[in-house]
Amino acid sequence: MSIVNSLRTIGHRTVNAVWRIGFAARFFAMTLFYSGASFRRFRLTIKEMFFSGVMSLIIILVAGMFVGMVLGLQGYETLKRYGSESALGSLVALSLVRELGPVLAALLFASRAGSAMTAEIGLMKATEQIAAMELMAVNPIARVVAPRFWAGVFSMPLLAALFSAMGVLGGYVVGVVLIGVDEGSFWSQMQGAVDFRHDVMNGVIKSFVFGLAVTAISLFEGYDAPPTAEGVSGATTRTVVESSLAILILDFILTALMFGSN
Amino acid sequence: MSLQPLVEIRDLNFAYDNRAILKGINMSFPKGKLIAIMGLSGCGKTTLLRHIGGVLKPTRGYVKVDGKVIHELDQEGLYAMRRKMGMLFQFGALFTDMSVFDNVAFQMREHTDLPEDIIHDLVLMKLHAVGLRGTHNLMPAELSGGMARRVALARTVALDPMLIMYDEPFAGLDPISLSVVGNLIRQLNDALGATSIVVTHDIQESLKIVDYVYFISDGAIIAEGTADEIRASEVPFVRQFVHGEIDGPIPFHYPGGNYSQDLRLRA
Repeated sequence: MSIVNSLRTIGHRTVNAVWRIGFAARFFAMTLFYSGASFRRFRLTIKEMFFSGVMSLIIILVAGMFVGMVLGLQGYETLKRYGSESALGSLVALSLVRELGPVLAALLFASRAGSAMTAEIGLMKATEQIAAMELMAVNPIARVVAPRFWAGVFSMPLLAALFSAMGVLGGYVVGVVLIGVDEGSFWSQMQGAVDFRHDVMNGVIKSFVFGLAVTAISLFEGYDAPPTAEGVSGATTRTVVESSLAILILDFILTALMFGSN
Repeated sequence: MSLQPLVEIRDLNFAYDNRAILKGINMSFPKGKLIAIMGLSGCGKTTLLRHIGGVLKPTRGYVKVDGKVIHELDQEGLYAMRRKMGMLFQFGALFTDMSVFDNVAFQMREHTDLPEDIIHDLVLMKLHAVGLRGTHNLMPAELSGGMARRVALARTVALDPMLIMYDEPFAGLDPISLSVVGNLIRQLNDALGATSIVVTHDIQESLKIVDYVYFISDGAIIAEGTADEIRASEVPFVRQFVHGEIDGPIPFHYPGGNYSQDLRLRA
C-alpha cells in the first residue's frame, strides 16, 4: 500500500510540475501577446521602471563600488607577484563588464525588485484587485504584468552598466588613489583590453537575458501565488531562489557560447 | 416578477473537483430591481456572481445577461458585456497603488477617450454621490473600511452600468456605515435605472432595501419572495436565518465523532 501511495505522490507531483510549466509558458506567451499597451502607453512602463529600476539604484551603486574596491585590492595583490600591477585597470574592467556587472546586478535586482514585484502582484491577487480589474473588462496581463515585464527587461542592462561603472570607479579609488598604481597605465591598459563588441556588448546581452529571466519568474510567481499570507511569502522566496539559480545557470551557458571558443 | 428579465439563470450547475457547488439554480432578475441572494458562507452565493460576471463556466445550464448567454461569449464579447456591469468586491478591492481619484477614474481612462478635465468632473460627481468628494487626494490605505467600501461603490458605478453586483457589501462595517452603504445601494440602483444583485448574509440590513430575495442553501434555492414574505416565512432554515437562532436546520456543531470517545472517557 505504501508503494502505491509513494507512486501516487510521485505521479501527483509530476503532473503538478508539468501543469505549472505549461501555465508558466502560457503566461509568458500571453505577456508577450498583450505587450502592445506597454509600448502604446509607455507612461505605464516608465512608471514601473521607476519602481524596479530607479528604486534599485542605491543598492546597485553601493554594491558596485565595493565590489570594484575589492577587485582592485585582490587584483593588485595577485598582479604584484608577477610585476604586472599596471594591468589592474584591464583586470577590474574585464571582470566587471563580462561577468560581475551583469551577474551581481541581476542577483541584487532579483532580491530587491523581483521579490517586490512578486509580493505586489501576489497581494493584488489576494485582495481581489486582479479579479476586480478582470471584471472591469481590463486585461490584468496587459495592464499590470506586461508593463512590469518590459520595465524589468529595460532596467536590467542599465543597472548592470551602472554597477560596472561604479565598480571601475571603486577599483580606481583603491588601485590608483590608495595603493598608488600609475593612473595612466590603469586607464590605458583598460582602454586597450576592453573590446566594445566582444566584451561590452556581450555583457549587455547577458544582462538583458538575466533581466528577462528574473522579471518573468518574479511576475509568474506573483500571479501564481495562492491568495494567502503563506502563499505570498512562499512565492517571494521562490522568486529569489529560482531567479538566482536561473542567473547562474544562464551565465554559464551564455559565457560558454560567447567566450568558450577563445 | 416582471416579464423582462435583465439576467436569467436556468438550470445552473457547477462542480469543482467533483464537488457540486451549484445544483440546478433558476433565477430571474427583472430590470430596475434590487435583488438579494442570501445564504450561509460557502453556500455558493459568490460562485453564482462569478458565473454572471463570466469568470466561471457552468458545468450545465446557462446565465443569460441582456439576452446573451455569458459562457458562449468570446473574450471580446465578454469584455464588452463586462463594460456594462459593475461589481463591488467584499472588501472593496481598491487599487492600493492609486489614489482615490485614480481608482474612480480607472475605467473612464481605460474604456473611454474622454478628456482629462471631463474625467475630473465626472470622478468628483461620483465621489460626491457617495459623500466622499473630499477624499479624492487620499490613498486607499488612508480610508476607513466603510469609506473604502463607498469609494469602491463610486468606482463600480463609474461608467453607469446596467447591472451592479455586490459581493458581501456589508461585511465588517460599523452600524452607521452599514446603513449608509445600504441606502447608497438602493439610491444608486434607482438613480441609474440599473438592476442590482446583492449577495449577503446580512439579513436585517438587506431586507430594508431589496425588492426580492433568493435563499440558497447547499447550492440550491430553498426559499424566495419579497422582504415581507421572507420575514413571515415558515421555512425552518429561513426562520433560523431571519431570527438568528443558534440551533435549527443549521446545527451549532460541526459533524464529528462521538464526544465521549473524543474525550477518551470510559463508559
